[in-house]
Amino acid sequence: MDELDRKIITATQSGLPLVKELYQAIAQQLNIEPDLLKQRMKKMLKSGQIRRIGAVPNHYKLGYKANAMSVWNVPDDMITKLGNQLGALSFVSHCYERPRFLPDWPYNLFAMIHGKSKQEVSEKVQQVVTLLGNHCAGYELLYSKQILKKTGLRLKKV
Amino acid sequence: MDDLDRQIINTLQGNFPIEDHPYQIIAEQLGMSEDDLLTRLGILLEDKTLIRFGPMYDIQKLGGSFSLCAIRVPSERFEEVTRIVNSFLEVAHNYERDHEFNMWYVLATESLAQIDITNQAIAKKTGLKVYNMPKLQEFFVGLHFEA
Repeated sequence: MDELDRKIITATQSGLPLVKELYQAIAQQLNIEPDLLKQRMKKMLKSGQIRRIGAVPNHYKLGYKANAMSVWNVPDDMITKLGNQLGALSFVSHCYERPRFLPDWPYNLFAMIHGKSKQEVSEKVQQVVTLLGNHCAGYELLYSKQILKKTGLRLKKV
Repeated sequence: MDDLDRQIINTLQGNFPIEDHPYQIIAEQLGMSEDDLLTRLGILLEDKTLIRFGPMYDIQKLGGSFSLCAIRVPSERFEEVTRIVNSFLEVAHNYERDHEFNMWYVLATESLAQIDITNQAIAKKTGLKVYNMPKLQEFFVGLHFEA
């Protein structure tokens, strides 16, 4: 990331303007040619520095009112296999291995499960219980109660 | 929100063009006018159906770090601790969850060192223990929400 990439990021990280001449408008703000801006953004997209360009829906507003962070205690030597199996389920949006904090926190596998109701989420959780079988030494569901902050990445301006 | 709004949301979760007149390109795919698309997109952002619209940067690929962190906040201090935690620019998301571990926030920082520095500052200001749970392995990220 050089200085120009950084300027592009700080100019676009809170969102794109809703104007017809979109890239021209941003380029003008940065005092560069629109072609250079597009070239840099394409490069960042290709390298994965930009995951995607698009809309982030508020899943509550779309009716996905039940959102559980499911956390599972599985053997460390099985976690890659089990994590990949969980991640492949269509209703799991994020799946990670994270560190335990014994004895406070025994869980090492995290999977976000979304549904339109708690009932729907419970049914999906049962599928995970079946999938993990006796490899699972315990699990909990942490339902979200409210979003306290959601701004995404914010680089400081240079 | 009507069917056309739903189509806009579903289409825009995919790839937005890095070309001249990108909204025109999307509007044509949806069989609507560019003006109508821009108006509707503005309303969807205004009424918070969309949280944001733009590039999603991967801070790790940009040399920075992400971490999920948790705090067990006593219920009578929840508002105060929320204010403290949210005041850090490095806190990208923060959720209240229905559990003894009731506050879960994501740090996005420009270096790995800043994760620990920020968490130490949060622990000091709140007087509470911070559990730093960075991902050790990623198995899957991404779900297409059907509107």
